[in-house]
Amino acid sequence: MSGSDTTRTILLHGALLAGLAALDFVLPDYHHGVLARVMVLSVFAMGYNIAFGYTGLLSLGHAMFFAAGLYGAALPIYHLGWSVWPSLGAGLLAGLVLAVIVACLALRTLGVAFMIVTLMFSQVFYLTTLYFTTYTRGEEGLVLQQGMRTLALPGGHISLANADVRFWAAWTLFSLTLVITLFLVRSRFGRALVAIRENEERMRMLGYDVFASKLAAMAVSGTISAAAGAAYAVLFGYAGSGFASIQYSILPLLWVLLGGAATVLGPFVGTLIMFYLIDTASSYTTPHMLVVGVALILLILYFPKGIVGTIRAKWLRWLP
Amino acid sequence: MEQALAIQSINCFYDEVQVLHDLSLDLSRGEVHCLFGRNGAGKTTTLKAIMGLVRVRSGKIVKDGVEISKLPAHEIAKHAIAYVPQGRRLFGELTVAENLQIGLLARNKGEETRERVLNLFPLLRERLNQRSSTLSGGEQQMLAMARALCVEPDVLLLDEPTEGLMPSMIARIREAVTALHEQGVSTILVEQRVDAVLEIASRVSFVENGRVKATMGVEDLRAEPELVRKYVGVG
Repeated sequence: MSGSDTTRTILLHGALLAGLAALDFVLPDYHHGVLARVMVLSVFAMGYNIAFGYTGLLSLGHAMFFAAGLYGAALPIYHLGWSVWPSLGAGLLAGLVLAVIVACLALRTLGVAFMIVTLMFSQVFYLTTLYFTTYTRGEEGLVLQQGMRTLALPGGHISLANADVRFWAAWTLFSLTLVITLFLVRSRFGRALVAIRENEERMRMLGYDVFASKLAAMAVSGTISAAAGAAYAVLFGYAGSGFASIQYSILPLLWVLLGGAATVLGPFVGTLIMFYLIDTASSYTTPHMLVVGVALILLILYFPKGIVGTIRAKWLRWLP
Repeated sequence: MEQALAIQSINCFYDEVQVLHDLSLDLSRGEVHCLFGRNGAGKTTTLKAIMGLVRVRSGKIVKDGVEISKLPAHEIAKHAIAYVPQGRRLFGELTVAENLQIGLLARNKGEETRERVLNLFPLLRERLNQRSSTLSGGEQQMLAMARALCVEPDVLLLDEPTEGLMPSMIARIREAVTALHEQGVSTILVEQRVDAVLEIASRVSFVENGRVKATMGVEDLRAEPELVRKYVGVG
């Protein structure tokens, strides 16, 4: 990447983050809440994008990593009375450990087999959350009361139930993940992941340990997804089994495909559009998913590489 | 002459079908050893076996006194062996510069290696920021070779590098192979063109049905060109 491309990249992403920050002051309450939720879910999509977009690992089990973060944070708060910071740490750790274990086994397979194996692991995780209903409250879920969601900061305590605090917390997590992703995809590791996606055998012939690189990619991807899950639990005060279901493995795939796989901004764009598409369609008609389906078909017809992916392919070649 | 690589009676299979039968071959340091034979004779499988892409069931491959035939492919590459497969297999989404960078990073090589490689293929210097999938066939072949050379191999495996290229590109690829030979890189070259073999090879081995039928110096082949017809039925 040339110097001018780097400058343009920094300016574009800086402008996006500044624009999102500015929206805190102008958005009405409803959209303010939606944007906070979209930013957190975008982090999930960005995590998924590391595995799918950059490394070519089509996982159908990422819901388990999101849910590992969600329950990893919510269970200690709910049952053990932990505070927010250690609970967030527990959520991240749960996602990382689960991702490493699942990847060690699933990466022995390729292609369709990898999809099926990750899906099976995810279903086991989902059924486990239902089996231990005593602790997880199954589909009904755990509701974390306002008092449980107080964040200790050097200046004092703040409540994450407050809409503004929630927005800024979501923005901070989103910004951090965006910067990490930008750094990651331009790094030696990130370039190696793209090369593995392009031609795994060739990388092996050059002397790269492909298994180790894919394992690392899954660990990073799973941890970022878990970070989104943990943040979701403490910011929105809810953890239910539904987040471990297959729907939450399909959604990040759709968000990433719609926004543009292997693009840094694609996951955010895809999540935002999908969220509002469902939201708007459901306010007009009961079979709203039909409308969403048609809209998605049209988008894919005109933006075959996803929205940001097509923009990059046709006009802005420098987009990361 | 000192040995760069020794293949000793290897047997390889695709599932239960045996494709290499007690195949033996030695590569002397600095030589260009050409494998010649019909399609399906086992030439490409031999290269893949060296790289660990096809499992060697029995027999062994030794480089610098180390048996490499039991190692995984990425470990074999660390023994300074580079493979340029048929069909180039570039990282199409990456630029020329990034393709080279991937090669350089594999063995922690730096600017000096990059310059040396680009001096060998000056055409690539003008294409550094171009996506590699948009290069012409000849340029892609040069990039595939350049990327392999970024690991500074002392054994290079080339599988039909001039296949499907226009004559001007074939000449450039041959020049590069000759230059590498002069730099002391030992090369196993799979080639179907007799003129190329006669021009750049030091020795030739005829491969048939997964076995080496004969090995001879290129001078012997030049003196008796009918040997090509005898062993592979073309010429």
